[in-house]
Formats: sequence, C-alpha cells, structure tokens
Amino acid sequence: MTPLVGYRRPAPGVHPPRDYGAYRATQWRHPKEPLVIIPQTLSEITGPIYGHDKVRSTDADLTSQHPGAPLGERIVVEGRVLDEDGRPVRDSLIELWQANAAGRYAHKNDTHGAPLDPNFTGAGRTMTDSEGFYRFVTIKPGAYPWPNHHNAWRPAHIHFSLFGPSFLTRLITQMYFPGDPLLPLDPIFNSVPGERAQRRLIAAFDLGLTQPGRALGFRFDFVLRGRDGTPMEP
Amino acid sequence: MAEVTPFQTVGPFFGIALPFEPGDTLTGPHVMGSRIIIEGQVRDGEGQPLPDAFIETWQANAVGRYRHPEHQGKLLPDPDFTGFGRLPTDDKGWFTLVSIRPGRVRSPSGGFQAPHILVSVLARGLLTRLVTRIYFPDEATNASDPVLQLVSPERRPTLIAQPIAADRYRFDIVLQGPGETVFFDV
Ligand SMILES: [Fe+2]
Repeated sequence: MTPLVGYRRPAPGVHPPRDYGAYRATQWRHPKEPLVIIPQTLSEITGPIYGHDKVRSTDADLTSQHPGAPLGERIVVEGRVLDEDGRPVRDSLIELWQANAAGRYAHKNDTHGAPLDPNFTGAGRTMTDSEGFYRFVTIKPGAYPWPNHHNAWRPAHIHFSLFGPSFLTRLITQMYFPGDPLLPLDPIFNSVPGERAQRRLIAAFDLGLTQPGRALGFRFDFVLRGRDGTPMEP
Repeated sequence: MAEVTPFQTVGPFFGIALPFEPGDTLTGPHVMGSRIIIEGQVRDGEGQPLPDAFIETWQANAVGRYRHPEHQGKLLPDPDFTGFGRLPTDDKGWFTLVSIRPGRVRSPSGGFQAPHILVSVLARGLLTRLVTRIYFPDEATNASDPVLQLVSPERRPTLIAQPIAADRYRFDIVLQGPGETVFFDV
C-alpha cells in the first residue's frame, strides 16, 4: 500500500475571510463555528476527473458560438495552470463565464438594464494541454452595477472554475483587468487579504499575445495547491 | 514556490456555464450498488433558503473505489459511475441527489472510514467554498470513523443524513446559526 501524499494547506491570508462585512451577502451566509480541521484521506486526495468528454473545440472561442460576431473588444486570454511547485496541471478542465461587453449576463436573474447581445452567451470551457497551457478567445466584459451598496459597480471580470487533480485543488475565482479604476472600490476583489494576493487576480496585458489587427492579449496564470512533502522540480 | 490563486465567490450567474445534465443523477443504467436519493435544502443564518447556490458531490462507488488514478487496487472502477455530482439549488433552495450508497474506503490511520459523500457548497456570498461530508444513519461504522471522531458529539448529527423512506434521505445544509452544519478545513 503506497502512503498517501497530501496537499499543502493554504497559508493564512491567501484566501478571503468567510465573514467580510463590506460584501453584504456574507453576513448571513458564513458559518459562525470554526471549521473542523480533518486529515486528508483518500476521499479528499482523489477528486473528479471531469469534462474530458464534454469539451467541444468551439467551446474555447466565445466569439464564434453564434452566427454573428459579438460586440465589444475581442481579447485573447492565455496562460498556464501550475501547482505551487511550478509543475504544470495537465489535461484539466477550465470553465469560464462572464458578462457581455455592455455588462449584462445572459442569465434570467440579471436585471441590469444594459442590452443582451444575441451573438454572445458568455460561457466557455477548455482543457489544459500537456504543459498546463490554456487559451480562450472572448470579448472584454463590461462593468456592471450591483445592489451591495450605493452606486456599487463590479470591475470588469471573468469568472473561472478549475478542478486540478484532486478534490483539494478545486478553485473558483475571478480574473480582473489591469488599471481598472473600480478595483479599489470593489468589496469582492478587496476581500482578498493584502496587495500581493490581490495582484495575483489581475491579468497582465501582453503585446506578445496580442494579435495584430484582431485582438488584445492578456496573460493570466493559475496556481493550484501543491503536494505536501514532495521535492521541488529543478 | 509560487503562491496559490485566491478564491473568489462564484456569484449569482454561474448558471450560464456550470450546470450539466444530468449533474444530479450519478447512476448509469448498469451501476452496481444500492440506489439512494438524498434531498436537502440549503439555508442561511436567517433560515432563508438559498436559490442561488450549488453543491458538488464526490464519492466512491459501491465497493469503496474512487474513479481516480491515485486509487490503485485490484477492483476496477465501475464504468457506469463517475462519483461526481453538481447540483444547483432550485428556487426554494432544494437539491436532490440520485446516487448509490458508497462503499467504505481506507482511513489514513489504518482501518476504514464509514461510508460518506464529500460535499462542496458554493454560492453568492460565499467567498470560498465550504466543505462538508454526508454520512448515513443506519451505519454502525460511524462510531469509529476518524473524521466523525474529530467533531463534538453534539454537532455530529448535522453530518448524518436522516432517513425519510427506504433508501431515501434528507440532508439539509445550514450555513449559519442554530443547527449550523459542520464544515471542514481540508
Ligand atoms: Fe460577475
């Protein structure tokens, strides 16, 4: 029987707190009791290997899912999924969803008065390749208002969902754009403790990824939890 | 060493991307094991249901085998069972999982864990996911389960599904307040 190798527990201050007053919806939705620390068993160390049979080749290009082109600035979002030791997370599902260029989601509960775009759904998925790389083509989402406080606006962002190799590597996050004046005002972005950790949620504009005459390029890497007690890669 | 990417809330609009069919039914036509249904409601600290949450479930098959390369052994995974569920709550906060009763899997300290299902809870207002486990009431091995042992006896009942009919259970998830579900740091 091979011994189980677990995953590192996140250092304090990496993830947002569960109770964060500035984001009002946390008030009644955070547990008051402390979390119970448990060992990582086979149940946690394994995890769903999901999505391989679900991804179609068009799913990574959100600008080509309808007969016409969506409105907005076309962008490329490209990067790698790595673990804490810099190892690529291979062949793993990434799902994304976002508002259209006007800041409206194609969701029945989105009541923002901005127009829907018949040529944009705002949902995509892809698998990382053998080196952990992924690439999406989409449009830059618009900022949108939300009812958290007076004159509250979410900065432009793209929602991402990743699995990685284990139940323990599951990650759901949001990617933001550099230089957005709404970032300092956004309680969800600012729930991440500390500037260093916040910076990891902002994509980098990358002229190398930018396609002449076609699309601006942004680079965004994800880092998932690494294995405990395993040697670093040289 | 690179630092992990921080979690962010899933927000209210994941429904355009994440749900899949049939995310709540884990049983293919030839699945082995005894079928179970677990239904439950997700509620907040005011007792209000969450119509905008989803849960993900992860479990072993009927013989205690995870469909994952790190679970090595002689028993082949059941081709009709992935062990993964994704269930958005309905407009009254309810989910209904159709699955099979999981077998027992090893405990890190030797021996076996009691049958259980891992659950992630995600919603607007949750800045990180919450993790809990579903155990079964009619299960003598609960008494020696290494994870249940770490939970105070008065809170353990929040982790045990309640029988409501043959092979049918109820498991509510209470995020806060009286009857608050035990959530784990994994
Ligand atoms: Fe959003």
